Amino acid sequence: MKITKEAVENVAKLARLSLSEEVVERFTHELGDILTYVDKLSELDTENVKPTQHVLDIKNVFREDETSESYDREKILSNAPVSENGCFIVPKVVE
Amino acid sequence: MDLNKLTLHEIKNLISKKEVKVDEVVAACYGRIENIDDKIGSFLTLNKEDALRSAFDIQKKLDNGEKLGSLAGIPAGIKDNMCTEGLKTTCASKMLENFIPPYDATVVKKLKSQDAIIMGKMNMDEFAMGGSTENSYFKKTRNPWDLERVPGGSSGGSAASVAADEVIFSLGSDTGGSIRQPASFCGVVGLKPTYGAVSRYGLVAFASSLDQIGPLTKDVEDCAIVLNAITGYDKMDSTSANVKYPDYTASLVNDVKGLKIGIPKEFIGEGLNEDVKSAVLAAAKKLESLGAIIEEFSMPMNEYAIPAYYMIACAEASSNLARFDGIKYGYRASNYTDLLDLYKQSRSEGFGDEVKRRIMLGTYALSAGYYDAYYNKALKVRTLIMNEFDNAFAKYDCILGPTAPTTAYKLGEKSENPLEMYLGDIYTVCVNIAGLPGLVVPCGFDSKDLPIGMQLIGKAFGEGTLLRVGYTFEQNSDFSKRKPSI
Repeated sequence: MKITKEAVENVAKLARLSLSEEVVERFTHELGDILTYVDKLSELDTENVKPTQHVLDIKNVFREDETSESYDREKILSNAPVSENGCFIVPKVVE
Repeated sequence: MDLNKLTLHEIKNLISKKEVKVDEVVAACYGRIENIDDKIGSFLTLNKEDALRSAFDIQKKLDNGEKLGSLAGIPAGIKDNMCTEGLKTTCASKMLENFIPPYDATVVKKLKSQDAIIMGKMNMDEFAMGGSTENSYFKKTRNPWDLERVPGGSSGGSAASVAADEVIFSLGSDTGGSIRQPASFCGVVGLKPTYGAVSRYGLVAFASSLDQIGPLTKDVEDCAIVLNAITGYDKMDSTSANVKYPDYTASLVNDVKGLKIGIPKEFIGEGLNEDVKSAVLAAAKKLESLGAIIEEFSMPMNEYAIPAYYMIACAEASSNLARFDGIKYGYRASNYTDLLDLYKQSRSEGFGDEVKRRIMLGTYALSAGYYDAYYNKALKVRTLIMNEFDNAFAKYDCILGPTAPTTAYKLGEKSENPLEMYLGDIYTVCVNIAGLPGLVVPCGFDSKDLPIGMQLIGKAFGEGTLLRVGYTFEQNSDFSKRKPSI
């Protein structure tokens, strides 16, 4: 399937990406080509076929609700781009 | 004697007989890295100080007569998408350029518990997305057999480092062929284990229903030894299979008499390079002469494997990579207006083109109105592909075919066209879709003297059969022994 420039811009918004005009243009072509190729799947009749999410015969995996050691706060925060007083810092979200 | 040129089992033997010391082996590998890695570019990060300390500690234990692990003193390379405590893990992305994991991935922990030496972190395509290692944010890796050519990908650094004798073995990850194709391009042995056989705890996720970690080694015996060390149930990975794992070295028998091996017609048809085809068919003949029963059969569903794979892999990737938001870890843009803009700017500046392309494709396939037509359709086709494998394994002990349609190509040759790059995965993605094991063993050279690897595909948890066939082939040929003249 061909994809429109508007669709690409909308998907970028959903994916939290900001793309330049030039990249939108290029992705419109490239994604269109890929999706046209993927349309090949419609040749197959899958009306009565069940989808497979993953191959193992495992459903819910539960564990006992036990407390165990977690990571040190300082160690976790050491990878944060900005942190202060033991917290991750984000821009103000509540007016 | 150049210790770095030996196999894992040879070094293991020498160390246990006290004919060589661990620090000599480690020094030989670092010496090699210093000599040639500016040409090859396998490594993103070296772990030299820590590795030398480990070597010293292990040698001391050895001298004291303490019991050591199965990989005692063996230098290993780790693909840079597996977390190593205190050692940078970048996924070859600007997004994780400064990320220092607070913990070891289960596989890394397992290697360390067997006394392996972690030499450093290996280059790859960014977030394991690509087939040439050209998508690394940091540098290109070159094929040791011809420096003008790619090592394959995405585990390109892992494969090149083993081929160039910089490490004795390495770990890679394989979502659609990322261990097997570089193994083929670099002339080494590579195994993608059964889905669930090796824990992914601490592996930066690309496509969770497809990703597997596996070894890249100099021969099949080494592959079995490393596999023994990394398989096993792990409660930290909810997709880990709680089954009994055998001793894989018990499968190293030089005998294929009576084994039934199927070759899918579709794997040796149109689009396959002639040199690769003749090498793979010659390997089949060789196995036949050793007593295997070889038959051709048809797998018509394989032509749908690539489109199904790219829908599933990209959908899962778009979801997995949503975690990179510029807040908890990873790159944060310096200019933004509000929280939403912080996400957008950080992700747009932190991810490379191929990663963005796949996030876009996956987001599209999962979005309202397209979910059924693309994602769900692909999951149904996945069922059909699995059924086809089930039928094949009712008749055959394993499947034999090529790994990639060509040998290693030149840098820049395919990087312009994403779809063309995706088509290179034609013989490998079906194996991930069905969660099966796939073993690549060197089986020849093309007219330019570039290595060719054959691919053996087995039943789920049938690694033993693959190792047996691979081992028998290797004992009766010498392709694994040839080395690049770098």
